[in-house]
Amino acid sequence: MFFRFSRIIKLGAKSLWLHRLRAILTTMGIIFGVSSVIAMLAIGEGASQEAQARIARLGSTNILIESVKPPESQSSSQNQGNTKAYGLTYKDAQMIRDVIPDVSVVVPIRRINQKAIYRNRSASIEVIGTVPWYTEISPMRLKEGRFLTEIDLHYKSSVCILDEQAADELFIFDDPIGQSIKIKGEYYTVVGVASTIGPIDTQGTGGLEQSSANIYGGVAGNVYICLSTFKSRFGEMKLQFTGGSRSMEKVELEQITIRVKSLEAVEPTRDVLIELLDSTHKHEDYKITVPIELIRQAQEEKRIFSIVLGSIAAISLLVGGIGIMNIMLATVSERTREIGIRRALGAKRTDIIAQFLTETLLLTIAGGLLGIMLGITIPYFVTKFGNMPTVVTTSSLILAFGISAAVGITFGWYPAYRAAHMDPIESLRHE
Amino acid sequence: MSVVEVKHLYKTYQLGKMELPVLKDFNMSVQQGEYISIMGPSGSGKSTLLNILGCLDRPTSGEYLLNDREVTTLEDDSLSRIRGAEIGFVFQSYNLIAQLNVIENIEVPMVYQGYTEKASKERAIELAEKVGLGDRIKHKPFELSGGQQQRVAIARALANDPLFILADEPTGNLDSKSGREILDLLNGLHDAGKTMIMITHDKATAECTQKTIHLLDGKIERIDENRGVA
Repeated sequence: MFFRFSRIIKLGAKSLWLHRLRAILTTMGIIFGVSSVIAMLAIGEGASQEAQARIARLGSTNILIESVKPPESQSSSQNQGNTKAYGLTYKDAQMIRDVIPDVSVVVPIRRINQKAIYRNRSASIEVIGTVPWYTEISPMRLKEGRFLTEIDLHYKSSVCILDEQAADELFIFDDPIGQSIKIKGEYYTVVGVASTIGPIDTQGTGGLEQSSANIYGGVAGNVYICLSTFKSRFGEMKLQFTGGSRSMEKVELEQITIRVKSLEAVEPTRDVLIELLDSTHKHEDYKITVPIELIRQAQEEKRIFSIVLGSIAAISLLVGGIGIMNIMLATVSERTREIGIRRALGAKRTDIIAQFLTETLLLTIAGGLLGIMLGITIPYFVTKFGNMPTVVTTSSLILAFGISAAVGITFGWYPAYRAAHMDPIESLRHE
Repeated sequence: MSVVEVKHLYKTYQLGKMELPVLKDFNMSVQQGEYISIMGPSGSGKSTLLNILGCLDRPTSGEYLLNDREVTTLEDDSLSRIRGAEIGFVFQSYNLIAQLNVIENIEVPMVYQGYTEKASKERAIELAEKVGLGDRIKHKPFELSGGQQQRVAIARALANDPLFILADEPTGNLDSKSGREILDLLNGLHDAGKTMIMITHDKATAECTQKTIHLLDGKIERIDENRGVA
């Protein structure tokens, strides 16, 4: 059986070789079909993995509430120069902790972009004022030393924790632990180094305020200090310059992150939160983000994205398949006489089917392999020049190759069947 | 023992609503080692008879015993096997496969009987030498003369050592000289013991055989015994 098999393949390869140009052109359809399937799935997968990783950093049982500057109302714009208070307050945090049953952790957060200095080196960093239990809601992990403690919080200690990025910026040779860095004129003793989690955005594009802060500051790393220390050092006032005029803003907390007890409790808690904040805040000066909802949304988007891209690619494969069928039908009718001769000399119908199906399969498998190569190359260049993440998954390669083989069998079957069922007498007479 | 035994053979073609009888109660038997020719004007049913004897077509009714086995009721795959293994075809227009060389053409019937590549190649070379083409085994059909092409076809017909050779006007497309050479080759095969059935419309060619069946309107007109020729 094996030598029969290798013989059929040799025969198929030989007759394809006789019509090289035709074979190459026919294969093109499959090559582009397969490579577009792979490339499109890779782009889709890359986009979705990036989105999901970003969201996953926010934590799936977390709910984020951020202070948002309410839209300027008529009255407030007349009172220029006045202090305007908005956003989340300590009272909000207290109330959330006391009122909502499923909340297990409430973490108030403040942030500000500052310059940190150690000896002659300086770095733009984001100072994050928070509480010791911040670690429970953040993917951040301690690498060295310790995090903030209740005692630090109580005594407003001048201690800080650097993330690795900030530590690398400031300390080249020295061990950061035990050293003091200067931020806005005050010294803080480094007590720990934590993993870098990068800027946390609640959306792909990031909250407008945060991302603009990142652009201005070019933030290189985070520095964590106690919320109490933060409050006494940086105050709660922000000076804003808008259109040549100056205004003061008062924000107690930039963010409150809540962890709920279970995944099921996320949505009910969100509803209660909305009601609670709605009743205590005059303006809608906050924004609630539920990471788990974003994850679901991202998954749904990925599904739709994959279906759309997949069907475009599948259509191109279908077109390729039709091209192959077309060529094979032409080949069969050109070789009618050969088929007649072979039938007269003892070829069974299955032999003829095998012969033509092998040719089609060789075309599509060659096309599939070349398509895989091209399909891996395209995402590489998309990532390199298009600055877009791509992920080529093994399953997409198998899928694309499987589809091309299936196309070969599907579109090769009919021409082969036609060849096998021609009347040998008629075929022999064919010129 | 008869290699071919045909009894009460009828073949009727259906042309729309009209029935066209081509063979009417045709009987014939060919013994082991016999050399028979079939003659007749066009339309007499020669080709139809050839197709039936070659298992390319089935009769409308009647029996066809090939080596004492009824073949008219066999399925397509069995007929393919018989065509490949037990019948050696020689056609008027050679019917070589254009893209294959001499060796590969001779190998074709062996491929379908499951020869290994090595075995079929060896046998093909042996046969090419036997028909006098040992020095042209790599040539493609278009590089050969008509006579040489027909030699390749004869070598191919011998490939599976068939029960009989069925030749359809083997010299019809050849000039008299190469026709004579081909005829000599076929006569030589008969001398070596091959059973042969040859269809021809050339009287001189027919006289090389032992027996000539004259066909007219689907019936045997007469049978001539040819003596002393060949």
